Amino acid sequence: MKPAQFDYAAARSLDEAIGLLGEDAKPLAGGQSLVPLLNFRLARPELLVDINGLTELARLERSDGVLRIGALARQAALERSELVAAGWPLLSKAVRFVGHPQIRSRGTVGGSVAHADPAAELPVALAALDARFTAQSPRGRRTLQAGELFLGPLTTALAPDELLVEIEVPPPPEGAGSAFVEHARTHGDFAIAGAAAVVAPAEYAAVAVLGAGPVPVRAPAAERALSAGADPREAAALAASAVEEDHRRALIAELVRRAIEEATR
Amino acid sequence: MRIAVDVNGERYDSEVEARTLLSDFIRHDLGLTGTKVGCEHGVCGACTVQLDGEPMRSCLMLAVQANGRSLRTIEGLAADGEHPLQRAFHERHALQCGFCTAGFLMSLEPFVRESREPSEAEIREALAGNLCRCTGYRGMVEAVGQAARGPGDG
Repeated sequence: MKPAQFDYAAARSLDEAIGLLGEDAKPLAGGQSLVPLLNFRLARPELLVDINGLTELARLERSDGVLRIGALARQAALERSELVAAGWPLLSKAVRFVGHPQIRSRGTVGGSVAHADPAAELPVALAALDARFTAQSPRGRRTLQAGELFLGPLTTALAPDELLVEIEVPPPPEGAGSAFVEHARTHGDFAIAGAAAVVAPAEYAAVAVLGAGPVPVRAPAAERALSAGADPREAAALAASAVEEDHRRALIAELVRRAIEEATR
Repeated sequence: MRIAVDVNGERYDSEVEARTLLSDFIRHDLGLTGTKVGCEHGVCGACTVQLDGEPMRSCLMLAVQANGRSLRTIEGLAADGEHPLQRAFHERHALQCGFCTAGFLMSLEPFVRESREPSEAEIREALAGNLCRCTGYRGMVEAVGQAARGPGDG
């Protein structure tokens, strides 16, 4: 189908973009999630605020040891970044599962986060890395953790006039390995389940699960067990224990086990 | 809204509605009907074109967003229709009805340019962003391998 009519504004500054946003005015970044919704007329905004011209939001840099991902940074830029591969390899691994190259060339990291699809990889990887999400509105800036931002399927704590502007990712602990695994029918399809792990054996562990609920979830029991030296299979069973459906629980336990083993290899 | 777009090296000045999809602009306004529209929600890949050299879904971008940008469609792949990838698709029977072919070629052109000896798994991953309902992909896997290896090697 074709989109219903809307007005279009190409924002020339961040302030202008934020001033235009509201209940019936949506930001347009990579468009890889919003445009399908427009085409299906599931979304019928009165105004689209195109932020693609705001190149200051496309940065991908390290400052004070922290990775700063501007909300407009393309998924392809994350995938190709040597800085990210060296310091935050979990993100390099996870982004390869996001759609296909033809999607990642346009799709943005911020868009993956703000769209909050329960099957999206980047929110899960960012949750495992304790990322912080900064949003700006006419009321000012605020910074949220993953647990505060992701409220449900396709639902975040962002207000209609609030724009996600930056994602900060602290460095993983020294010596920690990481892995991202998922199960999908074919490569690039929406994942049925997945797992992100950042592990330094018997010292530090972060495990985040895709497909265990409507939002990315951390697995604190598994993390505690791993930090205390539990083996991957035992920790993985803990990470999956709250999942009700048998098949999904078995799938998640297996994927978490693989993620932990790959992270500690 | 007025836009100016470079398509296959030629400049086009057009007036478009904000809601016009790039795919419809290419087909209806420019008359370049080699680009096909399948699912119109970014799944099938039939509408794939290259924006500033990168493959992307033209049904997931507004025409107005292409203002000042450079596009390459299947008509711009090779003037004579004899790009090595096109030749390999022909020789390896990598198409039947042909509806998906333009999208596959525009997706795969950078892949065969950048990979010398891709494995079958790599080729299948590179094919994964486009759907074909006829061929079963076998011929395409062979064609992409042949095109990546380059001339003089069957």
